[in-house]
Amino acid sequence: MWQALYQELEGKGFVVIAVALESRGAEAARPWIEAAKATYPCLVDATHIVAERYGMVNVPIGVWIDEAGTIVRPPEPAGTTDSFRAMDRQTFALSAEARADLRNARASYVAALRDWAERGAASKFALSPEEVRRRMAPPDEAKARATACFRMGEYLHAVGFEGDARAYFDEATRLHPQNWAFRRQAWNLEDPMKAGGKEFWAAVDALGDGHYYDPVEMPAVQP
Amino acid sequence: MPQTLISGDRTTVLAGATSEGDALWVPVGDLEPASGWTLKPEGACRGEECVPIPRGQESLFVRPGLFNLAALAGYLGQPVVHDARRNAWVIGESAGRRAAGLDSLEAPDFTLPDLQGNLHSLHDYRGKKVFLVSWASW
Repeated sequence: MWQALYQELEGKGFVVIAVALESRGAEAARPWIEAAKATYPCLVDATHIVAERYGMVNVPIGVWIDEAGTIVRPPEPAGTTDSFRAMDRQTFALSAEARADLRNARASYVAALRDWAERGAASKFALSPEEVRRRMAPPDEAKARATACFRMGEYLHAVGFEGDARAYFDEATRLHPQNWAFRRQAWNLEDPMKAGGKEFWAAVDALGDGHYYDPVEMPAVQP
Repeated sequence: MPQTLISGDRTTVLAGATSEGDALWVPVGDLEPASGWTLKPEGACRGEECVPIPRGQESLFVRPGLFNLAALAGYLGQPVVHDARRNAWVIGESAGRRAAGLDSLEAPDFTLPDLQGNLHSLHDYRGKKVFLVSWASW
């Protein structure tokens, strides 16, 4: 998904690190990684530990880290929007309008990444420390406990106690309902079709006017 | 009964540990490999950090040859999840510590394998602009 951009920008001191949140482990991620023919590092996070450390609650979520290891854009949807919610749930077809919205979101995000790769700290898309802090969702006790419950669910599932695992996954979702990575991974462990099935759509519909992907605050790129 | 402890990147089966209600008594020799903590005269220490055992509560934390890791976690505000049926414990990171780390804006380090099993750490890419992006098959 990011290969063309990486190839274009790798000479500018820019690297993509893709992290698969995948409790089923490397073999579950392998077909996708191989199909992407990526030359940047594609890593497998079997315990969602990167998601925890950065506060990523969904996919795809991007974080920008500068040459000194400082976060210059906190976790935010990486070039996608809620337009997928208008999908026809039988045919997976999207209206022309929704397709255009997704195309635009992706193009804007890629243009911003390109601007940052070229200009570094001078890019208007590299945020000030105050702005990064303002946009970051702070950890709290409920989220920390949700993560511990999710880890327990993952462990119990891995050692064959699927039924016991479910209660911990449910508790993780109750404590941190915005964490779609927990929810969808738990559905996926139960049955790979479930993460995109009727349970998923019911949960998305229950958001009502709320967001699945928070809108990205990003100025327009000058052509 | 052996107890399984999941903490940070590590999952450890503690053959000599016992569970008693909310307490997880870990043989002192197993503490460091399982949790990173060691016992010193000044308290429980991990890296630069030393936590004095609260005065008057020593018996909640220490027994001869054993240390109650769950009590320490609770004292530090870390979430503790215990499944008594399967003898499993998760000790997570406290919200306060996570928040302090993020407030510094220093990107949290991590080490993960690629498909070939080669390990990559974020710090290997110091000096580059890193676009870190999550994805999933689900």
